Amino acid sequence: MFSNFDFDVIVRALPYLFYEGMSFTVMLTALSAAGGLIFGTAIALMRLSGYKTLGRIAGLYVDFMRSLPLVLVIFWFYFLVPYIGQWVTGASRPITVGAFASSLITFIMFEAAYFSEIMRAGIQSISRGQPAAASALGLSYAQTMRYVVLPQAFRNMLPVLLTQTIVLFQDTSLVYVLSITDFLGAASKVAQRDGRLVEMYLFAAVVYFTISCVASFGVRRLQSRIAILR
Amino acid sequence: MNYNWNWGIFFQPNPMGTGTYLDLLLSGLALTLKTAALAWIIALVTGSVVGVMRTLPSRGAYWFGFCYVEFFRNMPLLVQLFLWFFVLPELLPKEAGLWLKQLPNAPFWTAAIGIGFFMSARVAVQLQAGIGSLPRGQRMAATALGLTTVQGYRYVLLPMAFRIILPPLTSEFLNTIKNTAVAITIGLLELTGQARSMQEFSFQVFEAFTAATILYLLVNAVVVTAMRFLERYVAIPGYITGK
Repeated sequence: MFSNFDFDVIVRALPYLFYEGMSFTVMLTALSAAGGLIFGTAIALMRLSGYKTLGRIAGLYVDFMRSLPLVLVIFWFYFLVPYIGQWVTGASRPITVGAFASSLITFIMFEAAYFSEIMRAGIQSISRGQPAAASALGLSYAQTMRYVVLPQAFRNMLPVLLTQTIVLFQDTSLVYVLSITDFLGAASKVAQRDGRLVEMYLFAAVVYFTISCVASFGVRRLQSRIAILR
Repeated sequence: MNYNWNWGIFFQPNPMGTGTYLDLLLSGLALTLKTAALAWIIALVTGSVVGVMRTLPSRGAYWFGFCYVEFFRNMPLLVQLFLWFFVLPELLPKEAGLWLKQLPNAPFWTAAIGIGFFMSARVAVQLQAGIGSLPRGQRMAATALGLTTVQGYRYVLLPMAFRIILPPLTSEFLNTIKNTAVAITIGLLELTGQARSMQEFSFQVFEAFTAATILYLLVNAVVVTAMRFLERYVAIPGYITGK
């Protein structure tokens, strides 16, 4: 079964896998999580703003994104972004967008829908008295959100946000469909070049498994440490 | 935007000789639904077994359930599909591996099984939470009535738990449908795959993806509406959502 298992292939590919592949994956995960959180919070605030149209637009966006498969969204943005870029910059032809920029935009827009639902739950978990007290103190809406509501909402939801980031980390492997060299893409390129599918895919699986396992264990630890006592 | 829109493209014959481009997309939709249905059956059956195991008093069963869930949850679906499709046939004895590789419709079976097991871990977690949300007295009452463990689950715990977790199960089912798109990487020509091949044949990128998007939204709407009815039908009297 493992008689002709070639560990040497993995060892030789390690620098390529991690310097090229994993750095892309981690970078994409981190930036998408940050961007998704910012946009997601904005969408959540729109939904809770009390303006009917604004809330409805935000709600439609979230429902729309959540009913589509990520793979389809990746294709959409890959083909759409050059045209949007052309429209924004007024260029005469669709602009060329790098693989990284294209997938970053995709993941930020896609994850914003998921992060917004988490932030909305977080904001709704803050008791009514808090914003009331803030406005009694004379804080404006922006100040109330900035200093009172959002810090608590973020803190309450931190474990869920991090869990979503782990899911995002796994989902970034889907950029494979654009033949981008993320971690899985790098593993797959080596696998096909050397004809060593078994070794490379098993190794990729082990790496993803280890990272996700350790991360979710860390999230569980964090959850028990930062839980606010009520 | 200097893009040549051509919405009539859907009624032009496709180069596969299987009718129009619309037929191409609809055949993709059918394959998406077929794959999702089989995957969902696998997910529901194995997920229920593992979910129940995680709530049994036996430590061994609990640990098996725990490891099962962690194993399938901590790897990207794409990697799992590759393991089923490329790695498993190589690790089996020679004849079995060869048989697997020559199986007709291999992408379909691989996708259904891979996505099924991937989703089963999520179903297991939901079911465990559902059983855990029942008052402790229910299990005790079942024991006091002289029901065996199997009977207790069959007649008392599971009928309640499944009705409680119906809403999260609905979204897991929708996730199953969406996840079939990942199987494009092992050559399954489901809806996204057919939209992609339509784009490659006709160069009408946005028409193809718009049509696929609308079809996904439709499927979503149908499933959500059907599940609302089912939820109302099986709602537990006395609960907030009940009658």
